[in-house]
Amino acid sequence: MTAGSAYTPGLRASARTRYRVQRLLPIRGDVLVAAGDHVEAQQVVAQTFLPGDLTPLNMAKLLAIPPADVPECMTRTTGDAIAPGDVLARTKGIFGRFRTEYKSTDAGTIESISAVTGQVIVRGAPLPIQVKAFLAGRVVDVQLFEGCVIEADVTLVQGIFGIGGEVFGPIRVACTRPDENLTGERITPAMKGAVIVGGARVTADAIERARAVGAAAIVSGGIDDEDLRTLLGHDLGVAITGSERVGITLIVTEGFGEIAMADRTFGLFAAREGAAAAVNGATQIRAGVMRPEIVVPIDGPSAVAGDTANEAGVLGIGTTVRIIRDPYFGRIGAVSALPLEPQVLDSGSRARVVEVTFGSGGSVIIPRANVELIEE
Amino acid sequence: MRTIDPSAVQVILATDCGSTTTKAILIERIDGVYRQTHRGEAPTTVEAPFADVTIGVINAVTEVQELAKRRLVGDDGRILQPATGDAGCDIYISTSSAGGGLQMIVAGVVREMTAESAKRAALGAGAIVMDVIASNDRRRPHEQIQRIRELRPDIILISGGVDGGTTTHVVQIAELIAPARPRPRFGSKYTLPVIYAGNKDAAPLVRQAIGNGFDLTIVDNLRPVLERENLGPARDAIHDLFLEHVMAHAPGYDALMQWTDAPIMPTPGAVGNILQTIAARQGINVVGVDIGGATTDVFSVFDGTFNRTVSANLGMSYSISNVCAEAGMANVLRWVHMAMDERELRNRVKNKMIRPTTIPQTLDALVFEQAVAREALRLAYVQHKAFATTLRGVQQQRTVGDTFSQAVSGQTIIDAMKLDLLVASGGVLSHAPRMHQTAMMLIDAFEPEGFTALAKDSIFMMPHLGVLAQVHPQASLDVFERDCLIQLGTCVAATGTGQAGRPCFRFALRSGTRSETGEMAFGELRLLPLAAGETAMLTVDPERGFDCGAGAGHRVEREVRGGTVGLILDARGRPLGLPDAGEASRAQVRRWVQALDIYPDRAETAQGPA
Repeated sequence: MTAGSAYTPGLRASARTRYRVQRLLPIRGDVLVAAGDHVEAQQVVAQTFLPGDLTPLNMAKLLAIPPADVPECMTRTTGDAIAPGDVLARTKGIFGRFRTEYKSTDAGTIESISAVTGQVIVRGAPLPIQVKAFLAGRVVDVQLFEGCVIEADVTLVQGIFGIGGEVFGPIRVACTRPDENLTGERITPAMKGAVIVGGARVTADAIERARAVGAAAIVSGGIDDEDLRTLLGHDLGVAITGSERVGITLIVTEGFGEIAMADRTFGLFAAREGAAAAVNGATQIRAGVMRPEIVVPIDGPSAVAGDTANEAGVLGIGTTVRIIRDPYFGRIGAVSALPLEPQVLDSGSRARVVEVTFGSGGSVIIPRANVELIEE
Repeated sequence: MRTIDPSAVQVILATDCGSTTTKAILIERIDGVYRQTHRGEAPTTVEAPFADVTIGVINAVTEVQELAKRRLVGDDGRILQPATGDAGCDIYISTSSAGGGLQMIVAGVVREMTAESAKRAALGAGAIVMDVIASNDRRRPHEQIQRIRELRPDIILISGGVDGGTTTHVVQIAELIAPARPRPRFGSKYTLPVIYAGNKDAAPLVRQAIGNGFDLTIVDNLRPVLERENLGPARDAIHDLFLEHVMAHAPGYDALMQWTDAPIMPTPGAVGNILQTIAARQGINVVGVDIGGATTDVFSVFDGTFNRTVSANLGMSYSISNVCAEAGMANVLRWVHMAMDERELRNRVKNKMIRPTTIPQTLDALVFEQAVAREALRLAYVQHKAFATTLRGVQQQRTVGDTFSQAVSGQTIIDAMKLDLLVASGGVLSHAPRMHQTAMMLIDAFEPEGFTALAKDSIFMMPHLGVLAQVHPQASLDVFERDCLIQLGTCVAATGTGQAGRPCFRFALRSGTRSETGEMAFGELRLLPLAAGETAMLTVDPERGFDCGAGAGHRVEREVRGGTVGLILDARGRPLGLPDAGEASRAQVRRWVQALDIYPDRAETAQGPA
């Protein structure tokens, strides 16, 4: 066997790293902060108004007149503001009598009046949109009318999968070991508003209890597919999440099934017990992948030792890897060989492989596609 | 673009910029015939930190350059043209589906008529149709507007009304789109293109309704009369706008467009092109399938009519969980011949979804993935058949002879008995360790009837050849026939159902070197060796109630083509009936697995921790 190196993806898990987050409005608006400002996680940094919802009114039908007559029957014109009860249109009637009129049921403005279709489109009140900082830190860049970039030194953990949007709360580690399941009895009322960190699989009763006590988020090693289905109320088809409304944000760091959180990840959380965290469960597994994140800002010089983030990198001899597919799913070991030539797998496929040796002894041959980097 | 003398072309370079990988192939003229000689690939570089598609293109071409020992990239970092001695190429072409491909909203007046024709035009041009808006789509107008606002399309296609017909409804559609102001994917500086291909009398009114916020292109009506579609002008406009707007805003494409000798095409549009060319040239009916990680594309050409569907969220990695949810785990497991734990499988499926690049290591994992693939393909084909129909809304002239006929407009034009060639591409089909597995996935999912040749696209070369067909048809056809397709063999299947073990059909195979006769019992599957390049005459005598192409109980005699798998005789009947998942089903499937030697014995490959 020949030693070599190979590119392998991994998830970030860092005790201290400089982290930047870009916070942008979906459309142009006002940026409320300036470069150099210090912002808190839940502070609004930019806001705008989305044009209001549109309501088409078939005025020709409502007044029982030909579409071509609609413009001259309108009492308001394009661009006019209207309020509930305002008369929008009135027919001429017969000799000025028997007139039919239409009163608005909503507030808004007249967007358009069509003589072709007899359709009047009313635009509702603008919808406010606010973007929060998410990260407590310093504004390092402002994009005029669009948003800003915030930077801070943080403890950063990327999960493999999550559901639910951005939430905030202190870290509360609920398990004593990373291979302990997070069960309902480990959740206490004191965890209200907290980011609860478990060890291995989070059980359905733990999720239920966490929701009941009003926890902000749960972070654990794994989850059973069936429990996720129960939580969502449906089977998840594609991993594009973040907009769920299930009363809690949930992140798993390793995957589905009985799987312990990596020791190092668990250790990072344990070291930040009580610290304020920002959590985002949004996951997009497509081109331009987006993983869920737990970000814990570090105030000033910290006792937490700095290190390098574990990003996609090079697989070499001695690198610690996590096996991410059966039959050894979840096991962690060190690369002991990187054969150059593809090998035939049990399945009959030929693929480039890596030899992984476990701390407990023994080694296995795994397709390179089935391992990801993990730091000691 | 340069003028090319086809007779002088010696070296052709083609790239396909996919979402994740950019693939380059080299085609050279050898002894008067064009052959694909080398290939290379590199990660696509459309997204940050590179944000320039040409970097990935040059990396892929550099790999080809090294393998071919032919200099293809100049000192200026561009493709070297024209070919001189052992450097450069005469033609350079490219396709693209990077950045999620071309995404469109289509709109029409009646969902089953003009809106469906518009959808056909968009899909045929290679687009992903995000939504179809129609006056009768059962959504209220404000819901339609809300939907348009949420989506971020690259192009909107509006159709509606036959020429000379009422203008009101199509203008109403335009009036919904205009204020919704959908945000384009490529930022605020991008003016969203809108194509109008509806009632020509309504064009000025639509222009007025749409206003100035859009880049409006008006083309001929894609349904000028109910009885006829005219999709060409709309498709051409989509291709033009794809280049002018979408590609021009994607990082690096402005440069790439300068390099190519033919317009860059959306990848699926190019695949459709080559399949239509082949079907027309050989006078055959073709179905092609490309199963990817997120989506499955099905293409068909029946009696010259081309159709394409994209089944979003039917795929083998990103969408694998959705396949299991849509098909139901019981339907997936009916294709599995070994006992498996369903809870564990469900977790495995989710783990594949969140780590989509992993590959099956064990035989169990492979068997399960191929079972999921059968269901993904089956569902995609069901959707395709429902879409590839005769035109709906056409008035039928019925005579006394039609009294008992149930034929109505809007029937599928996909006739499994008339299908001549079934072409497979996409990871799970192309990279199956045994070609027998590929053949069986195709047969189980598509249920071909009568005589059907099976093939796979060796290295997903069809997109390249689809663009090449536009500038050098001969080179495209040479390579398609010699290098692109790997012939798997022929499937001969009888329609009808019967009792297991009862006679289904008798057969007699004759070729220059051998002859073989036999009888197939209902439920049986058999593989006869017939090598690639070999042909033989096959006579089939079906029993009463079974049909192999000439009617129930009638003899059929046809030439069959061999392949890497051979001749597959399928007496399992059509429609294919399987017992529900369970031991009975597993035993049944196990017999088929053994008959075709689909998977290796477990003992051959046992492996565990050392």
